[in-house]
Amino acid sequence: MAYDYAPFPYVAPPGLIAPEPRHPVAIVGAGPIGLALAIDLAQRGIKSVVLDDNNVVSVGSRAICWAKRTLEIFERLGVGDRMLEKGVTWTVGRLFHGTDEIYSFDLLPEDGHKYPAFVNLQQYYVEQFLVERAQDFPDLIDMRFLNKVTDHSDQGDHVTLNVETPDGAYQIEAEYYIAADGAGSSTRKRMELPFHGQSFDEHFLIVDVELPQSPFPTEDPERWFWFAPPFHPGQSALLHKQPDNIYRIDLQLGPNADPELEASEEKVLARIKAVIGEMDFRLDWMSVYKFRCAKLDRFVHDRIIFVGDSAHVVSPFGARGGNGGIQDIDNLGWKLAAVLREKPTTLLDSYDAERRHGAAENILNSSRATNFMTPKSVIETLFRNEALNLAGTYPFARKLINSGRLSTPCTLEGMTLQTGQHPLVGRCLIDLPIASGWLTETITGDFTLLTLDNAPWPTTKGLLNYALPPGRLTADRYGTKGAFLIRPDGHICAYFSTPDVEAISDAMFRANGGFS
Amino acid sequence: MIIEDNLGHQGDALYSALMQTHDGLTPNQSHALNARLVLLMMNEIGNPDTIIALMADARALTQPGVGPFGA
Repeated sequence: MAYDYAPFPYVAPPGLIAPEPRHPVAIVGAGPIGLALAIDLAQRGIKSVVLDDNNVVSVGSRAICWAKRTLEIFERLGVGDRMLEKGVTWTVGRLFHGTDEIYSFDLLPEDGHKYPAFVNLQQYYVEQFLVERAQDFPDLIDMRFLNKVTDHSDQGDHVTLNVETPDGAYQIEAEYYIAADGAGSSTRKRMELPFHGQSFDEHFLIVDVELPQSPFPTEDPERWFWFAPPFHPGQSALLHKQPDNIYRIDLQLGPNADPELEASEEKVLARIKAVIGEMDFRLDWMSVYKFRCAKLDRFVHDRIIFVGDSAHVVSPFGARGGNGGIQDIDNLGWKLAAVLREKPTTLLDSYDAERRHGAAENILNSSRATNFMTPKSVIETLFRNEALNLAGTYPFARKLINSGRLSTPCTLEGMTLQTGQHPLVGRCLIDLPIASGWLTETITGDFTLLTLDNAPWPTTKGLLNYALPPGRLTADRYGTKGAFLIRPDGHICAYFSTPDVEAISDAMFRANGGFS
Repeated sequence: MIIEDNLGHQGDALYSALMQTHDGLTPNQSHALNARLVLLMMNEIGNPDTIIALMADARALTQPGVGPFGA
């Protein structure tokens, strides 16, 4: 059944009549990234106004693969269970060359985690769930649809925004301006910021079809990727299951494809039939697209902060776009809340450094996958073909086959907020089953000292203490001695072998943007 | 002969470096580069039994038909 795109109501904003009090945060763009940030800030007691030029959720499924780390962040934001319940869970990816399966990978081969490696869920559902969650905070989140930001200006201690509505234009002020306005960011264009990277010549066709039965012969949904399948000679193809019996088909079309011709119904229907055979289907959405990998040189420009696709774009292979954006706001939310409460702005510098690092890693992985899939010379084609040839016989060559290295969070090891050298420092909290449910449900949004032994760990203001249950899984994932300091975004930022009060205090100071 | 992965996390980076090594070369220059690279690697490996076995295995996977360079 097709998704019902019910429009969100437009309400005439107060600024049309009289000047509004200065907003702490203005978020420009009500996509998944902007909405998630508004919720994160609201959970920390920070008000925001969210402005969007549109009044419906994402048209078309767009971002569909939500990674484990994103689901854990959504857990913290109060929508994780809904995502899990509605989404299609998968952990296995299969790779084919022609008709032969050459390789499969399990992205989460172990038990003991609340969230799976991935759920597939259409972006329109994600946005709907986030809007509904945001409505839980009527005093803290002011969502304004059909409010188009046409200009902005950094005034030093605040930013002014010019906004257009169906009832006319008005102006607001905000202490911080968050540009969550997507790959074509108007904010970025107004500021004439360079957005350099690699463009790819390949055209791809992306379609969603509703099918009466699964085209997968396996019982569990998986990610299937083909190099040169018989139904699409010489090119690559990708198949994913989404909720509501909708399937995503992604077909490489080559650099010389005519995008207009390829988008014609006749052509698209013929390509779908080639994939699924003579099954009845309903075409839900389609798009012919090219992509690039690019990022801004800086994500923070004084009081203007870029998050998500406005700051960095990647190719879709690896699911690093939407997931990368959610990690941006996870990193930014607590820091922005702290800075608005007089913590040093070095915290925002650390957002810039940590997420540029994350974006660079995503772009590197995404570029390599795209280069592998779309060889740009005869020699690249030769190597790609021979890697596939060898992969049929030799396990080592299967590791070289790159159809996308799927999104995993980067480590923040060695960056300014972290202390010490323990191998887990910089990484994300690793989930564990605990008596009340899951660790990722319990450690949510505050600085926490995660303790492993019965040493006299101090209780410090502004720091929660949580004793991990002893057991084999705890020992495998965290060890048996000492304590970890967990940041509000779930990154591990220090390890202490003994209850050294001064060391813990120093690490807290550092993690709060003070660099001693 | 090592048939399991021996490159670890560096596989993608090394594959990418190999492509960059060929960047901008004509097909003939790429052929020549590949030949030099094989000769360098042969010397680097050193063990004649291993090298002969690798040659035989590579030869055994020869595909019929036309490749990207033509017939």
